[in-house]
Amino acid sequence: MKILVIEDEKDLQQNIVQSLEKEQYIVETADHFWAAYDKIENYKYDCILLDIMLPQGNGLDLLKMLRKTGNTDNVIIISAKNALEDKLKGLDLGADDYLTKPFHLAELNARIKAVLRRKNADGLNTISSGNLALYISERKLLIDSQEIPLNRKEFDILNYFLFNKNRLITKTALAEHVWGDNIDQADNFDFIYSQIKNLRKKLQNADADVEIEAIYGVGYRLIEK
Amino acid sequence: MKLLNQSIAIISASLLAIVGLWGIVFYYNLIAEIKQGIDESLDNYRKQIIFQAHKDTVLLKQVNFNEGFYAIQEITKEEGIEIKDKYVDTLISIPKGTGYYESESFRMLTTAFEDDGYFYKLRVISSMVEKDALINHTFRNLLLLYLLLIICIVVINNIVLRRVWQPFYRLLRQLKSYRLGQTKKFPLVRTNTTEFINLQNAVQTLLQSSNASYEQQKEFISNAAHELQTPLAIILNKLELFVEKNAHKEEVISDIGGTIVIVERLVRLNKSLLLLSKIESKQFLDRKEVSVNEVLQNSIDELRDLAEHKGLLFSYKEEVNLIVNTDPALAEILINNLLRNAVFHTKSGLVEVCITDHQMIVQNPGAQPLNKDVLFNRFQRQGGKTEGTGLGLSIVKAICDLYGFDISYRFESQKHHFCVTFR
Repeated sequence: MKILVIEDEKDLQQNIVQSLEKEQYIVETADHFWAAYDKIENYKYDCILLDIMLPQGNGLDLLKMLRKTGNTDNVIIISAKNALEDKLKGLDLGADDYLTKPFHLAELNARIKAVLRRKNADGLNTISSGNLALYISERKLLIDSQEIPLNRKEFDILNYFLFNKNRLITKTALAEHVWGDNIDQADNFDFIYSQIKNLRKKLQNADADVEIEAIYGVGYRLIEK
Repeated sequence: MKLLNQSIAIISASLLAIVGLWGIVFYYNLIAEIKQGIDESLDNYRKQIIFQAHKDTVLLKQVNFNEGFYAIQEITKEEGIEIKDKYVDTLISIPKGTGYYESESFRMLTTAFEDDGYFYKLRVISSMVEKDALINHTFRNLLLLYLLLIICIVVINNIVLRRVWQPFYRLLRQLKSYRLGQTKKFPLVRTNTTEFINLQNAVQTLLQSSNASYEQQKEFISNAAHELQTPLAIILNKLELFVEKNAHKEEVISDIGGTIVIVERLVRLNKSLLLLSKIESKQFLDRKEVSVNEVLQNSIDELRDLAEHKGLLFSYKEEVNLIVNTDPALAEILINNLLRNAVFHTKSGLVEVCITDHQMIVQNPGAQPLNKDVLFNRFQRQGGKTEGTGLGLSIVKAICDLYGFDISYRFESQKHHFCVTFR
């Protein structure tokens, strides 16, 4: 999988690159409009992360040009602007998703995987890990071909964890992803602990090859046993 | 005290002093004038009496005032020389009927004259005006004059002042309804009065500069929040990568974990600030039909896990399906924030939500009432909680203001009541 990161802020770009490389993607970068344009013209990417505010031009214009030439690469817009119009305009112009800065790396990961899964319906409809297989469209979990019933929240949590295998998921990232992103005051995320506990128990009872591990007060990660 | 009444009070008081003083002066002048006239006539009398007495000695026999206005007594030469002309006020008993006398005030001239070598003392009297009556009269007339003047002044003041001050009152009315950042037009009245023109200019200059700084402040908050997004993203992601790299070092991670929590709080605060400034600068103009019931139910679903974890229960009642014409995203934020506020600040018990005709009411148990005056202000944390952004209710208020909804708070039977009236 090849991913192009178009972002002018060097530090942010490097963070994203590091995170993506952990997922075994081939990552390339561009830090201004025309550099990005050149790369898009000459190579094919599975996903493009596009910042709107770029030196020498606007990311939305780049997207427009891209789509005009028939390029169908997946595009996720990354913007500091949370204006609804920008979001709608971006999606209108053919972006596949829109992510507002600042974001959790786990969220970026999940978004990229969701976009990739949507575009390439071949085989990516399931996420598997060891003896565990998650059917995303059917919202089903099979462990050793045995169906394990999950409630809606548990499924969403597991899905998020599987998208971010071996990666850190902070409590906030998980809460925002599963319980909605209008989190303004619910700083007490202990409530997600009980959901995690239930999920862990189900995985354990079914003898799954994965387990959810707590990372000292920061959050969780899913690892293969 | 109104300007009109104030000027009337001052004028009345000074008029009272002036009229009173003038009354006293007037009175003494009048008395002096009267006395002078009487004294002159007494002198004429004397001349006449002396002249007549010379011709007719019968007159010299009148020793008291019983039969006339003079009395003559024979005296020695020495006494006669002693006596100087003297005018005095005196009281003399006058018969007013059979055996009934009454003292009346008289002016009396005491003098002496010589006739054929004999000396006589002559006293001539003339009746005086009654001083009491005079004072009484003067006072009553002056009082009448005073009252008349006051009435005239009140009437004239009312007519003139009202007309003259009209531009002022009109300016005042416009100023009262002026809202910084909302009212587009500056207060303006047509007037030729220099003072009011100056006032109007001063007010306009003041409003212009306040407006400019208000806009600047708004823009600054929005720009600052925007500029913070990228650095915040960098910090957050760097910390996340660091934790992943050092996941096995428990001590390091728990420290970093605390930092991540704070950065996340900063991110939320920044997002809320951006949202607030966006609402206030009217960047949400979408209007769609939104079902409050639906949004509310979604919101309750989202919060259910948190509530259950805290041992809270929801009670939900709907009387009608409440449809409101507003921005869907903002409606969601409005309802969400109110509910979250209730859940966040309740330790245990029941959060009651109710939709009635045109209203949404959220109730949660509480120990004591919140300060209504500052409840919706930014960064007002009552009850000492510091984890929240302190912007939740400000955002609620801003959304209500934007769409003309009414938000009210009251504390009743140990419960906080937040009530949004949609119009």
